Amino acid sequence: MMRLPAFRYHAPTQLSEAAAILANEGPDAMLLAGGTDLLPNMKRGQQTPATLVALGKIESLRKSTNGTGLVLGAGLTLTELVGNPSLRKMYPGLWQAASVVATPLLRNTATIGGNICLDTRCTYYNQNEDWRKAINYCLKKDGETCWVATSSKTCRAVSSTDTAPALIALGARVRLVSASGERVVDMQDLYQDDGADYMQRRADEILAEVILDPMQDWRSTYWKLRRRGSIDFPILSVAAAARTDAGGTIRQARIVLGAVSSEPLLSAEASKFLHGKKLTDEVIEETGRILAKLAKPRGNTDLTPIWRKKMVPSFVSHALRELRGDDVSELRKRIAHQARN
Amino acid sequence: MSLPEKTPLLLNVNGEDMEVLVAAGKTLLEVLREDLDLTGTKHGCELGECGACTVLRDGQPVLSCLLLANECEGTLIETVEGLADKDRLHPLQLAFAEHGGLQCGYCTPGVLMTAKALLDGNSRPHRSQIREALSGNLCRCTGYQQIIESVEHAAAAINAPAKAGS
Repeated sequence: MMRLPAFRYHAPTQLSEAAAILANEGPDAMLLAGGTDLLPNMKRGQQTPATLVALGKIESLRKSTNGTGLVLGAGLTLTELVGNPSLRKMYPGLWQAASVVATPLLRNTATIGGNICLDTRCTYYNQNEDWRKAINYCLKKDGETCWVATSSKTCRAVSSTDTAPALIALGARVRLVSASGERVVDMQDLYQDDGADYMQRRADEILAEVILDPMQDWRSTYWKLRRRGSIDFPILSVAAAARTDAGGTIRQARIVLGAVSSEPLLSAEASKFLHGKKLTDEVIEETGRILAKLAKPRGNTDLTPIWRKKMVPSFVSHALRELRGDDVSELRKRIAHQARN
Repeated sequence: MSLPEKTPLLLNVNGEDMEVLVAAGKTLLEVLREDLDLTGTKHGCELGECGACTVLRDGQPVLSCLLLANECEGTLIETVEGLADKDRLHPLQLAFAEHGGLQCGYCTPGVLMTAKALLDGNSRPHRSQIREALSGNLCRCTGYQQIIESVEHAAAAINAPAKAGS
């Protein structure tokens, strides 16, 4: 039986109080939101905080404000996001991403802030203490070798969040609050290509809210590849958002790949290529080639890296055809329930 | 590091207020099974993947293996022990027994609680809604078909006009 290791527990009711505790406790303290990522990791000794600062009692983190855009409190559960009709209408890509995270049961406790901060994942890391000890640990924690890329100087654990690629495609920002102040960071700048140190968020900062600008003339979508139609983390995802003029010419487009690197990958080349073009079959095909070059899947998650890379153009095509207005509902249903070995 | 002190915690389980002394690191699953002797809730993967430990918190199905008991104060917890009304089984329990919705039974308490939350919110779910709602509850025996059919039979029973004498 895997029990949680001992830790000190705080459950403040104010954000400022939580920030003060975090500043006092130093880097040994961690934030507890839904706990669906952190608690399994703690049970297996992957994350070992001496103190947990629980955010569940902070009311301000559970609000959403619907002004010209949408501001989401980081403590809202994914189920609450999926149940938000204006989010579904204005930001379908985010809605789709939130609705396919893990399982309905997990989404009832997992939060949007937690999914944005989700720990990176790897076959050599998401194991119990004995397993990891047997391979002399790894670069992600306590070891010196990245077992999936032994010559790599940095950890190659996989960014496995569903909502981050969708949020980056939508140009979202996050508000980070600490005892010494606060700052707003673009989601696309929040991550870095190092599986062990994958976020720009400092240990004393609390991700308090997600800020989405109004996007009336944008369309957005999210496609997720996984073995089963539920439970699994993504092994490839494509988030796309585009703004077109009345004639269907693209004025702005953002395509992001998830789960094929240690960070979500926004393709500047695809944005540039798509600008001023219409989404013809040829344009969609070429965009798929551009994105496939960017993807760097490795053999540290489910299914083979070669196949995952091969799937990039298909998934980009599904996403862009949906943005074009094609009816892809049957395809989406089939892919959601696919079981490919 | 010394063990954290136990703190008294007031939990409402199946409509009853219960006070327990709980260390910070105890999950709701551990408190239910070890401190309150409510062993109907099953201990499965412990990592949030299997759904065997599902209970309802304020009517919503959640995984008790990934919830600190401390986080459940002030909420209403329902476990499989609270499903029957004294000697009268819940329609879901009757339907599962009658239509082979279980074999080894280990996943059943979690499945029943997830299905109860579904039927409480929507007493006439479409088959696809049942599948989606139960997509976080793994069953290694039944192949799921009988589980889904049992939920449909339970829904039909709930919607049927009460029979005389029942």
